Amino acid sequence: MKTLFKGAGGSSPGAQQISRFGLLFLGPVTAAFAIGFVWPFLQGIYLSFCKFRLIRDAKFIGISNYVQAFSDSSFRHAFWYTAMFAVVSLVLINVLAFAVAYALTQGIKGSNLFRTVFFMPNLIGGIVLGYIWSMIFDGILSRFNTSILLNAKYGFWGLIILMCWQQVGYMMIIYIAGLQAVPEDMLEAARIDGASRWQTLFKVTIPNVMPSITICTFLSLTNGFKLFDQNLALTAGQPFTILPNGSAVKQTEMLALNIYNTFYGQSTASQGVAQAKAVLFFILVAGLGLIQLYFTRRKEVQQ
Amino acid sequence: MSAEARRKTILSVVLAVICVIYVLPVLTVVINSFKLNTFVKTDTFALPNAESAAGFSNFIKGMTFGNYPFWKSAAYSVVITFLSTTLILLFTSMAAWYIARVNSLLCKVIYYLCVFSMVVPFQMVMYTLSKTADSLKLNTPWTIPVVYLGFGAGLAIFMFVGFVKSIPLEIEEAAAIDGCGPVRTFFSVVLPMLKPTLISVGILEIMWVWNDYLLPVLVLDINEYRTIPIHIQYLKGSYGTVDLGATMALILLSIIPVIVFYLTCQKHIIKGVAAGAVKG
Repeated sequence: MKTLFKGAGGSSPGAQQISRFGLLFLGPVTAAFAIGFVWPFLQGIYLSFCKFRLIRDAKFIGISNYVQAFSDSSFRHAFWYTAMFAVVSLVLINVLAFAVAYALTQGIKGSNLFRTVFFMPNLIGGIVLGYIWSMIFDGILSRFNTSILLNAKYGFWGLIILMCWQQVGYMMIIYIAGLQAVPEDMLEAARIDGASRWQTLFKVTIPNVMPSITICTFLSLTNGFKLFDQNLALTAGQPFTILPNGSAVKQTEMLALNIYNTFYGQSTASQGVAQAKAVLFFILVAGLGLIQLYFTRRKEVQQ
Repeated sequence: MSAEARRKTILSVVLAVICVIYVLPVLTVVINSFKLNTFVKTDTFALPNAESAAGFSNFIKGMTFGNYPFWKSAAYSVVITFLSTTLILLFTSMAAWYIARVNSLLCKVIYYLCVFSMVVPFQMVMYTLSKTADSLKLNTPWTIPVVYLGFGAGLAIFMFVGFVKSIPLEIEEAAAIDGCGPVRTFFSVVLPMLKPTLISVGILEIMWVWNDYLLPVLVLDINEYRTIPIHIQYLKGSYGTVDLGATMALILLSIIPVIVFYLTCQKHIIKGVAAGAVKG
């Protein structure tokens, strides 16, 4: 039967026939993808080496945008702030999500209801979440005559609480799927051998859900680094501090918001620097993605 | 065994308490949407009383709040989400089938570019993308779906190609023997089989586009066109002080459809999200 379809050069039966319809099947996506991704991406790389206010009068100036980006104290502050935020939120979200997922796979009553509730905040958009929590935090802090906008510590932990509320349910879903795939006979064997509950958890369960842990770790890490909407809506970077050299640094401004503010902020001459920051940001995020790919692939080989 | 039963009961109680804490933020929104503005900040966690109750006045005020009618932003959100999701589902599934079956060099290039695009943060392309969209007149709610198709193609193609590869070729061969051309084979044989992935991808795209703020705010002319997230952000942006009661009323109105959608399609949503977990 198969020989009937072996077209010359086609890699699967019928491929040659299908390939005649390339324009119809591939055309729309390719055109949109070129407009929505490929062209802006290439142009973005080029513009990071240019000085420009409008794209059409861009002038090539070499790497000076990158030099300026690195010497920008607000950008450096945003980097360390974001990195710290990403790591703290990574640890808290994953520990909480794993604990909840573990509890929900013990066969207790109401598991489905709990799962439904914990996942719900995921569907609410970042901007709306930011305003909900800014009302709650200010409702609490106003009793102490302060506000989330006045102290960078409140802004940091406020955003951590917000992100935990939003993301724990999401990571929980991935962990539940992982936990349900742990072979029952292994748990049974551990029980028969007299392992305690904690021994079983750390020696049997956790090693078996390592793939889920890898996925969730990197997801929460990249989510932390890419965070924008919640940051904008909750504090928008406030409060400010003025450095000795006169430049203002927004205390709770993360990388994505810093790039946005450099593009569309007060100074219109800094678009080139903003684009250079965006390229650096891309390298950082893509780098994390590649490391993740390396780890997940390695795990797959082991199994 | 009774120790085990007691452990489970304690666990249930602990989880129930966490559950209540989890819904408190949403309840706070509900409470405050019925409160007068001045009481939202001072009595955030109190129920509305005779003094602070605002009835439905926040909702009525909210309709025209921020110099932009709320219903218009809701309508644009629906239009953009619907058109973008439809466009993405139709065209990326077609492209994915073609890529998986033809597997030529061009197909491989497009596929790997798509995978690559998934790790590129939006900030990398936001400036150039908004300028490109402007010059191609993709800056209206009717044309912005093309931008969403372009920027969102990566994940959708990745997921569809993965699924198409698992469909046995014999089914399509049978259709070909019966005289189906590739176009008919795709639409009447392959597409129905893609249904689970269509639902998963559809849900991911709906959640993305509906909640997206940065792409539409940069691409659309916001004096003319606003989506719900843009509208809510600009309530605060336009003046120093903002009517928090009316803001909470609008936030409540904007999350009610989301929660209804969630409760009706919960199974599919959770499955779709788990399937899309590859993207950061």
